[in-house]
Amino acid sequence: MHKPLFLAVGLLAASSAFAAGIEVEIELPRIDVSDYRRPYVAAWLERPDNSVAANLAVWYDVKMRNAEGAKWLKDMRLWWRRTGRDLEQPVDGVTAATRNPGVHKLSFTEGQVPLGKLAAGEYRLVVEASREHGGREVVTVPLQWPPASATRNEVRGEHELGTIAVQLKP
Amino acid sequence: MKLNKHFAVAALALAAAVPAAQAHEFWLLPSSTVLSSPGYITIDAAVSNDIFYFNYRPLGIRDNLSITAADGSKVEPESMVQGKLRTVFDANLQAAGTYRLAIANASMMASWKEGGETKRWRGPQAEMADKVPAKADELTIRESVSRLETFVTVGRPTDVKPTGQGLELVPVTHPNDLYEGSPAVFTFVVDGKPAAGIEVEMIRAGTRYRDQLEKITLTTNADGQISHTWQHPGMYYLKAGVTGKSETMENVERRLSYVTTLEVLAQ
Repeated sequence: MHKPLFLAVGLLAASSAFAAGIEVEIELPRIDVSDYRRPYVAAWLERPDNSVAANLAVWYDVKMRNAEGAKWLKDMRLWWRRTGRDLEQPVDGVTAATRNPGVHKLSFTEGQVPLGKLAAGEYRLVVEASREHGGREVVTVPLQWPPASATRNEVRGEHELGTIAVQLKP
Repeated sequence: MKLNKHFAVAALALAAAVPAAQAHEFWLLPSSTVLSSPGYITIDAAVSNDIFYFNYRPLGIRDNLSITAADGSKVEPESMVQGKLRTVFDANLQAAGTYRLAIANASMMASWKEGGETKRWRGPQAEMADKVPAKADELTIRESVSRLETFVTVGRPTDVKPTGQGLELVPVTHPNDLYEGSPAVFTFVVDGKPAAGIEVEMIRAGTRYRDQLEKITLTTNADGQISHTWQHPGMYYLKAGVTGKSETMENVERRLSYVTTLEVLAQ
């Protein structure tokens, strides 16, 4: 009974070692205001026709009583329109608590949740941030899948987001 | 006695407000049109000279308000207050989907001569046969059907189906899925059937802070549709109306009117 299971795990590990992946860096700038609240942030991959290929991350106030934190998910209005309103919150492996200012590195492997299998083509990584008592910003980084070689592409936000970087590994 | 007199004056003033409808706009203004979790919204309802400013009278709401969930169930309004300039009520929206908040009115108005005296009657169609003679001198009968509504969605927008009475907007583009720079298509129907040649007016909120109304005027095409690409986000007042002969009653003129409030979101 044990042996086949071991084999399966071994195969999975072996395949992921060769699987292509995406590393995303999301920088949340330090904003010096007395009523600072960590922003709600959503990151997803979309196709040129605006359809969503993968929901990568949603950071919101998951711990609030009676799921009160979900009340402001709509303020990430592009994400809400593209995919948020179609999802049952919280989404396993995607939703998490809000994060402090700083650079947050996220790693995604093709074939695994939440990235899944990506058809070859043009995509864009979209990161949207919305902050209580503050503003909202969307940063978009284009990418081509699958990558021919390791590449890094970054776009700087101006208000609610710092540098958003996408590193592709073939 | 003094109190009674005051009431009489108020009632008269309200009655006077109806024929002057051209000069005043009737509207509902919801606190939110898109919700990501169930909860309360609050709605302002008023009759005013300028849209979305409380500067004339409260909207009289009695039993003609219905708040309908996506599954057809009804929600009762709460904390209804009629002030001097506006009426306010809350609605607890607990189910997912699109809610329709509507004030619908339908009435018949008749006038005729009886022994040199002018008689008038106003009431529901069902009572007309008892109250209005079938034949009389200078008999004129008018039917008036109006709908004032707005839409609010919890989570994913759901279909909005016509009630089949009077003039209505039937979404091709969902009323809670409107965005700056994106085209929207709406069908207008009379008694559930697409109606060509209906004039539709739209005005964006915030007229106090600009010189021109920037009114958008469109006419429904052969399929009863209008198409519009929103240049600016904001709350919009939409009004449409049509008059014509009744198809079900002889010698009856029909006046149909429709008003809705739409929120257009920024990209």
